[in-house]
Amino acid sequence: MERVPVLKIGDILLVSIQIDMEDQVALQLQEDLAERIVATGCHGVIIDISTLDIVDSFVGRTLATIASVSRVLDAETVVVGMRPAVAITLVELGLSLPGIRTALNVELGIEMLARSRAETEVELDDEDDADQAAVTTS
Amino acid sequence: MNQESRLIPVATDQDVVRVRQLVRTVAVEAKLSLVDQTKLVTAASELARNTLVYGGGGTVEVGRVRSEIRAGIRIVFADQGPGIADLDLALTDGYTTGGGLGLGLSGARRLVDEFAIDTAPGKGTTITITKWCR
Repeated sequence: MERVPVLKIGDILLVSIQIDMEDQVALQLQEDLAERIVATGCHGVIIDISTLDIVDSFVGRTLATIASVSRVLDAETVVVGMRPAVAITLVELGLSLPGIRTALNVELGIEMLARSRAETEVELDDEDDADQAAVTTS
Repeated sequence: MNQESRLIPVATDQDVVRVRQLVRTVAVEAKLSLVDQTKLVTAASELARNTLVYGGGGTVEVGRVRSEIRAGIRIVFADQGPGIADLDLALTDGYTTGGGLGLGLSGARRLVDEFAIDTAPGKGTTITITKWCR
């Protein structure tokens, strides 16, 4: 069985799906990614589907599951590079991929992850400051 | 179906991939638009998976058809599985007996121009879809 490679680039795991995946390959990717997120501590996952000429309900569901599992493991997933014809077909099929963040290409996906990470860190800092303030005033 | 149809047995995941590739090839030959190619291949993928998962395997036949006014592609998915007892329910968005999303049958129907289903409990299922060139 073929396997989709998962590359680590800085704080991001990058997956570029270059083959017409059998269902088992998609399920294997789901498992591989969860393991790599935990092993590397990466906070972002980018899945490039620009070479996929179709996304059917099975692949769509797999992408949604990957996004949910990543979130539970403290990583954000962005699906990038969807072809226009694929987007039209997916919506008509009835699959609007709720809960999945998308960007037009890898570069914009990386920017999106960097922004959302920065926002999360600001929130965390604010909470720390609030905690400290509470301590000093008491 | 005309003389040029091709038959693929569907017994594994790999066969579903083969069905997608054959349908894509025929759709390109028939000069379907890119969006229509994508819709037809997606519908074929959903239905071929159903043939495998619910029908226990079967066959997919892909061929070009021609009516008096236009040309198109016809695909027949046949299995000797348990058949579908409640067709209306099976065609409802979100209904599934297999742990999927329940979009395969209903979604595939939306993606093609003609959709016919012949099934009965214990008699297997045959689904015929047609996409016409615009």
